[in-house]
Amino acid sequence: MEWFIAKIFAKYNYWVFIILMMIGFYGIVAKDNLIKKIIGLNIFQTAIFLFFISLGAVKGGTAPIVDEEIIRKGYIYANPLPHVLILTAIVVSVATTAVALSLVIRMHQEYGTIEESEIIEKSSDEGMTRAQG
Amino acid sequence: MIMSSVVEHFPVLVVVASLLSAITIFIAGWINRKTACYISVATVLGQFIASLFILNHVMTIGPIHYRLGGWSPPWGIEYVMDALNAYVLVVLLFLGFVCVIYSKRNIEHELPQKVVTFYTIYQLLITGLCGITVTGDIFNMYVFIEITCLSAYALIASRGKIALKASFTYLVLGSIGACFFLLGIGFLYSVTGSLNIHDLSLLLPPLYGNRVVLAAFVFFIVGLSIKMALFPLHTWLPDAHAFAPSEISAMLSGIIIEVSTYAFIRITFSVFTLKFITIYFPIMSILSWLAAIAMIFGSVLAIAQYNFKRMLAYSSVANMGYIMLGVGLSTSTSLGLTPALMHILNHALMKACMFLAAGAFIYKADLWDIRDFQGLGRKMPYTCMAFLLAALAMIGLPPSVGFVTKWYLIIAALEAKQFIFVGVIFISTLLMIFYFWRVIEYMYIRVGDEGKKDMRIDEIPRSMLIPVMVFACLCFIIGIIWLIEIPLPILDKVNLMFGLGKVS
Repeated sequence: MEWFIAKIFAKYNYWVFIILMMIGFYGIVAKDNLIKKIIGLNIFQTAIFLFFISLGAVKGGTAPIVDEEIIRKGYIYANPLPHVLILTAIVVSVATTAVALSLVIRMHQEYGTIEESEIIEKSSDEGMTRAQG
Repeated sequence: MIMSSVVEHFPVLVVVASLLSAITIFIAGWINRKTACYISVATVLGQFIASLFILNHVMTIGPIHYRLGGWSPPWGIEYVMDALNAYVLVVLLFLGFVCVIYSKRNIEHELPQKVVTFYTIYQLLITGLCGITVTGDIFNMYVFIEITCLSAYALIASRGKIALKASFTYLVLGSIGACFFLLGIGFLYSVTGSLNIHDLSLLLPPLYGNRVVLAAFVFFIVGLSIKMALFPLHTWLPDAHAFAPSEISAMLSGIIIEVSTYAFIRITFSVFTLKFITIYFPIMSILSWLAAIAMIFGSVLAIAQYNFKRMLAYSSVANMGYIMLGVGLSTSTSLGLTPALMHILNHALMKACMFLAAGAFIYKADLWDIRDFQGLGRKMPYTCMAFLLAALAMIGLPPSVGFVTKWYLIIAALEAKQFIFVGVIFISTLLMIFYFWRVIEYMYIRVGDEGKKDMRIDEIPRSMLIPVMVFACLCFIIGIIWLIEIPLPILDKVNLMFGLGKVS
């Protein structure tokens, strides 16, 4: 039991991140619908963001704001750097999602479907042999 | 003296110049669409000249350290130029410059509605690539990798239809690769509290053997292997390279996967050191075997293709194998990273020439299929001659660049006593002869029924022909320059920096 508590509950943030990451990965691999794939990708990325944010958290720490009182009273505060990094990474992830969604819209215009297998079927004679581009 | 203090600001100017020019092109393109191309050419030319100054400075005076915003290194972001990234920067900007000249007529023909956006995104692509090479901070590297890849997704998709599917596959795999890279950064940050490459290399050695560090290394390797299409993770590459506009195919094959290789070398040899990869995590033999499989597998699949650009894309998979074999053998020979770094330039020249030639056939007659190339050798003599020269270079006709790579790789393999890799190089060369000969046969030898189309084809415009010819000639000129060993001091400096090349 002690082992269990030490491995699972004391480090629950890592377990949450691994489980979420695997859910996202399952979505990317197993789903046929392109929008669901993008959702899977988002869960995958968010899991990593949660990992970073939980790295910076300090038990009982306050927000990392430079303030006379915090310094004087010797409060502990969270590490701000992982949070700042993730702010950048969220922007990247939003941009990726935007590009992915716009690609899906264009594919829907071209093929009339967003199921990957149907798109592969409809585009199979394009490009392989005498392609017209 | 004044010059050298100016050059110290070039690393950041190279990145900022193309970022600013992306915005300028977008605004100027609103007013007059024709300005877009000229602004782009001017910027990339300026960056290329700046990169030559940087290389000169690095070779004569020493590495350049630029502190962004004046913050000192472990806290602020630092741009560092040493022999390795100065060399990669010169290669990438040269290729970018020639491709942008080629793109003028081709883009007006292929994407007439999207000229301005094309050049805007092209400049963002150059920004990202320059950023990856100049930065000395791994999180900054992650951001630039994403900038590069996001612009690459957009450029690949620009032709529509099947290119959209190719771009989407690349997007999903590329994002997974980038996420793994980010996770590796997180693991390293959690044990060291630093993101600066130099700082990490000092903080990590006491922690070698720690499982977090090992896991971080694995995440870096897998993430970057997806980005550089190392053998089992290459599945996004053929479609993406085949259906992009041709100058983007040339950039993708010639530089984007090579810059990812640069990031790989930087992570394995700079962040982690020679001691880590030889004692704690002996990855080099695995890499050489994967590279050997890629060399054979890529060539075999290239034979199966009738789509010319797809064939070239599979050939890129094989050529990444050559580069990775050079990296894999680097720790056990006195040549160090020399063959791998050589092939980064060599492959860029050869593959860019071939993709630009393929673009010429598509520009003139929408020819995608090798079987439609009948009699092309007489109709487009210069383009076909350029392709022929590049194909001969890739097969390894002395004194071409391909010959130099193979020569050095064979010496490295013999020195490392890995005789099987010599055999692999020979087999892969034979397969290369096979698939390039097929194209050459259709171009020059098979005549008769002139294909399905009415082929009234003549040469491409001069602004497209000259880039193709320049690459074709350089395939041999650079080969001779390698053989008389003028640029070898640059690579020796890289080996010295990483402590390679001493093993006898």
